[in-house]
Amino acid sequence: MQLRASPHLHSGRDVPTIMRHVVYALLPICAFSIWQYGLSSLALIVTVTLSCLAAERISNKLSGTVNTLSDWSATITGVLLALTLPPAFPLWMGTVAGFSAVWLGKSLFGGLGHNAFNPALVGRAFVQAAFPTAITTWAPAFAPQRFTEFIPSTLTLPLMQPNDISAWVAANMVDGFTGATPLARWKFEHFVYPVQDMITGAASASTGETSALLLVLCGLYLIARKFMDWRIPVAVVGSALLLALAFRLFGGDEYPPVHLVLLSGGLMLGALFMATDMATSPVSPRAVWAYGAIIGVVTILIRYFGGLTEGVMYAILFGNALAPLLDKYLQPKVFGARR
Amino acid sequence: MSSQPLQASNMEQLLEGIWKQNPVFVMALGMCPALAVTVSAFNALGMGLATTFVLICSCTLISMLRRFIPREVRIATYIVIIATFVTLVDYIIQAVSLALYEALGAFIQLIVVNCIILGRAEAHAAKNPPLSAMVNALGMGIGFTIGLFALGSVREILGAGKLFGLSLFGEHFQPWVVMVLPPGGFFVLGLWLLFFAWLAKRKEAQHGA
Repeated sequence: MQLRASPHLHSGRDVPTIMRHVVYALLPICAFSIWQYGLSSLALIVTVTLSCLAAERISNKLSGTVNTLSDWSATITGVLLALTLPPAFPLWMGTVAGFSAVWLGKSLFGGLGHNAFNPALVGRAFVQAAFPTAITTWAPAFAPQRFTEFIPSTLTLPLMQPNDISAWVAANMVDGFTGATPLARWKFEHFVYPVQDMITGAASASTGETSALLLVLCGLYLIARKFMDWRIPVAVVGSALLLALAFRLFGGDEYPPVHLVLLSGGLMLGALFMATDMATSPVSPRAVWAYGAIIGVVTILIRYFGGLTEGVMYAILFGNALAPLLDKYLQPKVFGARR
Repeated sequence: MSSQPLQASNMEQLLEGIWKQNPVFVMALGMCPALAVTVSAFNALGMGLATTFVLICSCTLISMLRRFIPREVRIATYIVIIATFVTLVDYIIQAVSLALYEALGAFIQLIVVNCIILGRAEAHAAKNPPLSAMVNALGMGIGFTIGLFALGSVREILGAGKLFGLSLFGEHFQPWVVMVLPPGGFFVLGLWLLFFAWLAKRKEAQHGA
């Protein structure tokens, strides 16, 4: 007689499979951003991903554990991190972000599955604290020279201040480029960005957050293949939407129109690809709903009342911190048991 | 005192504070000044030396008076002695370098409640003769200064591109703002602790093999 420990029924899916499909889902977003920003975007994605892989390999060596490059998690961290950075972000800062993402966000906690916070966002939070100016400097999309030359700040020498891009912007004749994201323009000028620009990717934004539509399509692929818990993005976007609607209805023109909340910034990227990180989100359904709702609400609160224009990153990190607590208090009732 | 060669045990005691029982990296004491004033190497060194001075003077004095201090009021007595030397240091720094005085701010006065000093007084000076107490305090003081300097230099190099105010990377250096903010202190301290823990573990593994 053979005895085996549970689980006895296995879907046949393992971590590398899921992770690989997440990478597939991110590829169209990468391709779109390269089409928009050209060489700079390509170089940023490649550099950040390679530095994440290098950081993972080095920490494998130092801690004497097995090689974990093949589980694709460092690749995802790198690609996601690159997608949250501005397109003309200096490559050396991208490298700093990549190493801090893997080391501070994952290796120090004990590797994949032990990390309390989404590694990509830890990396972004670190460089946001270290280089607050560079991370809010946006480059124009669809510049004519984008496939033949880098945006100057991309190739900044290590440890040096980013090269000035205003001359390059002027030379490329990008009309009406303001360098501010739709959220920033609302916050400081009460300017409502046209919906069309926000869907086609002409608005200033981080590398991978320009097209909400494409993000949703890629997310739908993962949901359809059941690689992702659909409740999380629905809860995040739904709660943000409801709160924004309530503010707009009862607060009036003080508050931005709802499409701005949905289409701009990293809400879609965060809700679909970062809040859904399996290691840092809760497990039981009720906890998942609460987790998503908290992220959505905190995002809106930071955007409307905080000093920053974008709040998705801190909202998700906050949600990550609460995830174990939510799982503990919102456990499903055991069948047949009384509370 | 100086004519007497240091005994082996004294030498060991000196090294204990500097390396084996380093107050910052091993005992993790005195974290408040270690995080708060280590924005630059100069501040860190100033704070370290001021603490070392207070540590040596008060430990020596406490050790001399150890037979006269009643057990019941010993902590109060230690504090009075420590506070006396802190007041001295406070005035000295103000007279020597007003810039340092302003940079360190309230943390000079707060040396009074630095747990390294009270800890040394209670754990060592109160039980040992003055020479031993002094050597021990000197070792701890040097260890603390090294710890602060290790933090301060990293934070100044990355946070301002300078060391002791001298520019290292030229005028186009991009400062890492986070390094001069409180989180930077925690990051750098954590990385140093990690480094020393890693060293210790490696040494252990080598001895075991």
